[in-house]
Amino acid sequence: MAKPKVGYSRRSLLKAGGAAAAATAFPAPMLWAQDTKSIVLRQFGTGVSNLNEVGTKVKEDLGITLEMTALDSDSVTQRAATQPDSFDIADIEYWICKKVWPTGNLQAMDVSKIQNYDKIVGIFKSGKLTPETDIAQGTAPHTVGFIEEPGAKTFATEETNWMTLIPTIYNADTLGIRPDLIGRPIDSWAELLNPEFKGKASILDISSIGIMDMAMVCEAMGEIQYGDKGNMTKEEIDKTIGIFMEAKKNGQFRAFWKSFDESVNLMASGEVVIQSMWSPAITAVKSRGIPCVYQPLKEGYRSWGGGLGLSKSLTGMELDAAYDYINWYLSGWVGGFLMRQGYYSAVPETSKDYMSENEWGYWFEGKPATDVINSPFGDQLAEAGDTRDGGDFYERMGRVACWNSVMDQNQYMVRKWNEFIAA
Amino acid sequence: MQIRNRHILGWLEAIPLTAVLLCFLVAPIVMIVIVSFWGATEFSIYPAFQFDNYEYLFGSEVVRRVFLATFKYAAISWFFTLVIGFTVAYFLAFHVRTQTMQIALFLLCTIPFWTSNIIRMISWIPFLGRNGIANQTLISWGVIDQPLEWLLYSDFSVILAFVHLYTLFMVVPIFNTMMRIDKSLLEAARDNGASGFQTLVHVIIPLTKPGIMIGTIFVVTLVMGDFITVRFMSGSQRANVGRLISNDIGLLQYPSAAATAVVLLCTVLIVIAILLRFVNIRKEL
Repeated sequence: MAKPKVGYSRRSLLKAGGAAAAATAFPAPMLWAQDTKSIVLRQFGTGVSNLNEVGTKVKEDLGITLEMTALDSDSVTQRAATQPDSFDIADIEYWICKKVWPTGNLQAMDVSKIQNYDKIVGIFKSGKLTPETDIAQGTAPHTVGFIEEPGAKTFATEETNWMTLIPTIYNADTLGIRPDLIGRPIDSWAELLNPEFKGKASILDISSIGIMDMAMVCEAMGEIQYGDKGNMTKEEIDKTIGIFMEAKKNGQFRAFWKSFDESVNLMASGEVVIQSMWSPAITAVKSRGIPCVYQPLKEGYRSWGGGLGLSKSLTGMELDAAYDYINWYLSGWVGGFLMRQGYYSAVPETSKDYMSENEWGYWFEGKPATDVINSPFGDQLAEAGDTRDGGDFYERMGRVACWNSVMDQNQYMVRKWNEFIAA
Repeated sequence: MQIRNRHILGWLEAIPLTAVLLCFLVAPIVMIVIVSFWGATEFSIYPAFQFDNYEYLFGSEVVRRVFLATFKYAAISWFFTLVIGFTVAYFLAFHVRTQTMQIALFLLCTIPFWTSNIIRMISWIPFLGRNGIANQTLISWGVIDQPLEWLLYSDFSVILAFVHLYTLFMVVPIFNTMMRIDKSLLEAARDNGASGFQTLVHVIIPLTKPGIMIGTIFVVTLVMGDFITVRFMSGSQRANVGRLISNDIGLLQYPSAAATAVVLLCTVLIVIAILLRFVNIRKEL
């Protein structure tokens, strides 16, 4: 994999800069310090594992040494599927879990050992954020979150005592726009292919995520009615890619982006005024003093979620340490650290203690900021009086239309995607 | 006995190079050829002997267009690097009189190559962008009213970057062969009444052919194998064969990538074989 990796992936950005560590004393760990001192857990993944701050903090609080490896999502999938002895903890997204779990390389977790299990939000358990919300299409976390009994290779249809991944981080993604260059309200995914933005639109070149953005657009245009956007048929894939190939031929797109910093540069330089984007990229554009909005759209959000899974080869003291680590992870400090960057924690209420009232109000409750909002790395993200794009937690996560997915026709889709990029 | 020893000695002397070539050239290529017949699932590859990958390569309209685009980039880049490279080399070899000055100017040409390829390429992006220096300057001069969209993320920017990156590979071999042209040949041409242009066409160009050919091989193979320049300068809007391979690798479709690599390798070898029909480099070197 000698592919030069330019810039930052979404979450490798998080590791940059120093964290304002919460000064609160942490409750004593369950294991004796003498025992845990020598324990090393090898964690790899696309995401949260890349936070150096988490590694430093867990060493401080629990004495466990966390060895972290960052890889792109394809490499993560491959490694989890083929080299189970090379890691102890896998930090993966739920759609990766769907691919990897059947290989039997991960072991299920006993939820009775997870202290804050009851406080984990409903999305990851019943699938419903509140009893009224609908369950979105795609690989929704709860559909691959449980198994019937240890050793099972298929997923349970409802909550059980055995969890595949412990949820850690998630968010709702949408289109980013430059309101100053567009000058009118944008309220639908269909605007991405509006000829008005010819040569000024962009989409991300990561097939598993890009295809979902495409589906949101095609559905919003009324061109395609999907049975399930997260599991398309070959015909649906052909039609979706066909519409975008046509748009590409007509010069709709200025560029496609693959890495985080590319999306920031495209937006900040004005090359692109509307594109698929990730939350921290919006923040990065804004911190340069350029107006940029993470535009809520009437069709809803495309959402993603990640969690921690345990390798099947983990036993004994290491396994106990891994449970300690996971319990620590959900106990609030990490959640606060993530939420102050615009992500959500799986157990939001524990994170509240690690955020100021202003921060909690701005990020979680969608209230106007009462004071300047800073990121954990010290960049100013919002002025007093600003509100978060899209509103409060329930407003945003309650309007998820689909989750990042892996389809039955994945290989076919990948080939078609490759043709779209090459066409 | 004596002769047999010499015989063995000769073989022994050839072993190190043979071993290196076998390990680092032949074995990897054989491996690539073998894998190109394998199959792939989403996250693993499995041994097989199937023609699926090749079937797709030769059957797909998209692949055909990508190969055509690769040839197009190679041909246009070759033309411009040759014209510019030849002119620069000619100036250095025949117009600059002192050798010190020749060496100084030649080193000047190489200075940009002390920075990374990628940096030199990416620095074009802010220059050519919609609100970049080029567009702003043209607008302030009143040459254009609207920013030129085709300056960046287009075939133009891709070829511009190729020419910028690879012209030196043309300059060096051509300059080298020009320096070895016997100056008395030029005098003879002049004495026989040849004009400057005639000298160029009938004396200098034929004598610099090997240099041109070596430069051509450099530029053509570099452009045909490239993927990162096309990716960045076209904003992923254009593709060449290298990008097909890199996309496949990114998606863990190694057998498909291997098959594409084999086809590309054969294509480049054929191109070079054709080029070598024109000039016998070994004779000239």
